[in-house]
Amino acid sequence: MNQVIRYELEGDVALWMLDNPRKSTNTIDQAFLDDLEACITRLQSEEGTRGAVITSAKALFLAGADLNDLERNDEVMRKLPPAEMFEKVFSLSRLLRKLETCGKPVACAINGTAMGGGLEIALACHQRFVAEIPGLQLGLPEVQIGLLPAGGGTQRLVRMLGIQAAMPCLLEGKSLDPQAALTARIVDAVVPRGEIVERAKQWVRSGPDCVKPWDKEDFRMPRGAGPMDPRVAGLLVVSNALVHEKTADNLPAPRAILSCLYEGPLLPMDLALRLECKYMTRLLIDGTTRNMVRTLFINKSKCEKLYRRPADIPVTQFTKIGVIGSGLMGAGIAQVAARAGIEVVLMDVDLATAERGKAAIAKRLNDSVTKGRLAADKAESTLARITSSNDYAALRGAQLVVEAVFEDRGIKSKVIAAVDEIVGPNAVLASNTSTLPITGLAGYSKRAKNFIGLHFFSPVDRMPLVEIIRGKKTDDATLARVLDFVQRLRKTPIVVNDSRGFFTSRFFGSYVNEGIAMVGEGVAPALIENTARILGMPVGPLAVQDEVGLDLAVSVTRQTKADLGDAWQPGTSYPIVEKLSAGLGRHGRKSGGGFYDYPQGGKKRLWSGLSDIWPAREPQPAVTEVRRRMLYIQLIEAIKCMQEGVLEYAADGDVGAVFGVGFPAYTGGPFSYIDHLGAARVLRECNELAKRHGERFKAPRLLREMARDGKRFYG
Amino acid sequence: MDAFIYDHVRTPRGKGKSDGKLHEVTAVSLASQTLAALRDRSSLDTQLVEDVVMGCVAPVGEQGSNIARIAVMMAGYDESVPGFQINRYCSSGLEAVNIAAAKVMAGQGMAAIGGGVESMSRVPMGTGGGAWATDPDVAFRTYFVPQGVSADLIATLHGYSRNDLDGYAVASQQRAAKAWSEGRFARSIAPVKDILGVTLLDHDETVRGNVTLESLASLKPSFAEMGEKYGSDGVALLRYPQVERIEHRHHAGNSSGIVDGAAAVLVGNAAFGRKAGLKPRARIRAFASIGSEPTIMLTGPTPATQRALKLARMSTADIDLIELNEAFAAVVLRYMEALSIPHDKINVNGGAIAMGHPLGATGAMILGTLLDEMERRNLGTGLATLCVGAGMGTATIIERV
Repeated sequence: MNQVIRYELEGDVALWMLDNPRKSTNTIDQAFLDDLEACITRLQSEEGTRGAVITSAKALFLAGADLNDLERNDEVMRKLPPAEMFEKVFSLSRLLRKLETCGKPVACAINGTAMGGGLEIALACHQRFVAEIPGLQLGLPEVQIGLLPAGGGTQRLVRMLGIQAAMPCLLEGKSLDPQAALTARIVDAVVPRGEIVERAKQWVRSGPDCVKPWDKEDFRMPRGAGPMDPRVAGLLVVSNALVHEKTADNLPAPRAILSCLYEGPLLPMDLALRLECKYMTRLLIDGTTRNMVRTLFINKSKCEKLYRRPADIPVTQFTKIGVIGSGLMGAGIAQVAARAGIEVVLMDVDLATAERGKAAIAKRLNDSVTKGRLAADKAESTLARITSSNDYAALRGAQLVVEAVFEDRGIKSKVIAAVDEIVGPNAVLASNTSTLPITGLAGYSKRAKNFIGLHFFSPVDRMPLVEIIRGKKTDDATLARVLDFVQRLRKTPIVVNDSRGFFTSRFFGSYVNEGIAMVGEGVAPALIENTARILGMPVGPLAVQDEVGLDLAVSVTRQTKADLGDAWQPGTSYPIVEKLSAGLGRHGRKSGGGFYDYPQGGKKRLWSGLSDIWPAREPQPAVTEVRRRMLYIQLIEAIKCMQEGVLEYAADGDVGAVFGVGFPAYTGGPFSYIDHLGAARVLRECNELAKRHGERFKAPRLLREMARDGKRFYG
Repeated sequence: MDAFIYDHVRTPRGKGKSDGKLHEVTAVSLASQTLAALRDRSSLDTQLVEDVVMGCVAPVGEQGSNIARIAVMMAGYDESVPGFQINRYCSSGLEAVNIAAAKVMAGQGMAAIGGGVESMSRVPMGTGGGAWATDPDVAFRTYFVPQGVSADLIATLHGYSRNDLDGYAVASQQRAAKAWSEGRFARSIAPVKDILGVTLLDHDETVRGNVTLESLASLKPSFAEMGEKYGSDGVALLRYPQVERIEHRHHAGNSSGIVDGAAAVLVGNAAFGRKAGLKPRARIRAFASIGSEPTIMLTGPTPATQRALKLARMSTADIDLIELNEAFAAVVLRYMEALSIPHDKINVNGGAIAMGHPLGATGAMILGTLLDEMERRNLGTGLATLCVGAGMGTATIIERV
């Protein structure tokens, strides 16, 4: 019977060893549930066995549910009537409740990281020991991918810690090291690794109470502070408002967790566990969870495992690279490469400029040390791997050179030609351009097959995404090498084909363009910015343009116009940007004003002059219409990128949109969201919007076909 | 059948804190002293009273269960007189009178008393709990924000500057001080006594006629922290995205004061007057309560007024005098703007900014104030109205007979 949990009798104590023989980690699947049930039943009926100790034979104590299963079974699950779906979801919680009330003491010897369901099993035990192992983490991170801990996690934690203390664990999904978990009273003792099982057994043999406090008559919430306590009311008011504000109510999971914390403690445990699971079932029905699991976990993991890497090309171990241009982007790239253990030559036109770039890196590393995010010796060794230079000869031996110089073809062509002369025949030349087509830039190199786009996002040390752009002539080996490089940096790569703006800039640009265009139509700027927040965008389009610089938008547009000649068509936002920047000298934040004013020492305010130039139209459009425009223009741009072959896989687009340019996580990215809405509905909306706002909302052919054939991007 | 107001009485309002003059008086005593005063002024045979309705917004603790019936018994009314407590938040006192009137109008009784009580010093605001702000499901669905943020939203949306609001507040204080100095409230004030029968308070404790724009200017906005740090502004902007940000302009000096107090209004039909030997002072023409958008919350008086006017087949021009509860200065400014009401027709003796807002009692108090002033000025018609939590409004129209 037992396949993944071994039941070993050690005298009068049973040892339940979590040890899946077919997998490197223990996960909670059907075999696990069956085994656990058998273990509990045997313990209950086995005379002479006083109790049990749960521990793991793997490095990871126990990972939670298999999220791949969750996504795979989503369609089937969602076809079930809610009551049946609930029963399936409830199976783990039911079993953990059986464990908790089995009548014999069960201790958990947590000897490895326990996240999600892994920690929930420990919470159901009567005593928790955790091993003193560096890097061991305990947490309930479900909220981060749109779930809630439905194995009793919310209900046990709130009864153990109280509402206030349970909130950060559940709403932020923060994980804790053993000591912090002890301080938070999530575990009962931190013990040396070698003694943990013995200590747990001793505890079982001591004849402890194995009735949980909440199963006793006199149970009170910690400090008596249940959800109806006036002392808790203020906390609830604030937590509701903060979560509401932060999520704009686009994320159902934190709201459901808040409800579990508010409603659950008023119920007896058995009923409370069912309620928790009903909230979880509602999340699954909603579909947001599926979107989030797919993109934030499954697709992201696929990208990080380099699913786009051409096979049969040996892995490149990077030891030396070069970065040209020591500005914000160049220095950022140098920093993350050096941090990953690679020697970096940081080049600029003169040594002083290159030194300034390196000094900026030193300052950032120093800040990280001050904030406790980085060890001082790590910062030192990172900086030591960076050599500033103004001599191309220093690049000799570099396996990769990334240019991050000014977005100007003339400058870039000179740099590329100079690098060509120095580096070896297999060295990769990469451009960090965010706007210029790669194939064109590759033409400046003698080895276009080694040329590729490597689009980092700012700030480089914090943004997880790298967009890799294949030029027309880029070969497989070059793609494989830069994928290896990105993986070494522990960043998430997506792979796209060449096009002006690639995927992320084009996609994001459509949003900014639409937002700014509305200013020209007399839509209230505040309405545009706030509706962006309602849609879930991290920053409003006007604020974004101010940060990027209106002058930059003007120069990029002029470059594009020069490149395309007669084929050029101005974006709908261009007249507005040109008027402000070229006409009025309002270039954005750096010039002291753009769409916003930036009073010294105060908060930025939308510039009141906007309504003088573009008078407010009456009546103002509905929020829903403004929201629709900003959303659908992006969906359309994503579909066009797929149709034109800029994107080959939906996963690249979804991961790129969410992690690169902040497309809201609840959507799972544009392609997940189109599936979520249904192509037919998206087509209908596009047709409506095209009637009202013009051709740019016209549905692309691919969308019309998908709607006609009932097709989806996933499954 | 017509319902008439025969008499009304209120307590003076005591500062609603532990150093307030009425703090030692229980809520039941506040209410029962008021009911007793109403009886004693006109030698009322309480057997004629068929019901006592009292508003109370935090009906827990000593104000809990059913304070109306308890107060009736403690006031020594005939034991045949029942009582019940209602809660329509801030308009409870007026709603209680409306219910009393409705019973009379429906012919289901000759006379009833409507009123209210709130000892905010003893049962603090919010003690009553409730799901609205705390239950996530409710708070999210209704875009809950605290009232002060709603008031600031009104000011932001309609462009009422801090100076506009403070100017209104100064006028309220000056009007209240003048009204007191001229004895305009004297007729209806029932001083509150301690357990020895010694008078504790015979005037509204919080009136400050010497307040100026300059003295108000130093006060810090009361709702900035809640709004900016704790998410409420963000929630309000999700509902009102046309507003760039909430300007926090309300403070302790241009918002209603927290006070203790009680009030009662005697309502009856014509036959009751004959039987009790009392002369009717005003006819209750019409009343209405409405629901409005809950996040901005405090704009209900306008639609409530419009509905009551419609029921009475009247227009604003037909109303000679108005009392609108001064919950926040912006509420009154908005109402005056929306209905084109001149300042000299509304809250002519000041209001809650000067004298305080004992939540459950205020509605009955301002109705009485309105009637007294109509008589003093010899005006024919009047309207009392209040903004109400969770987006409601109540209005009552009376005319002298």
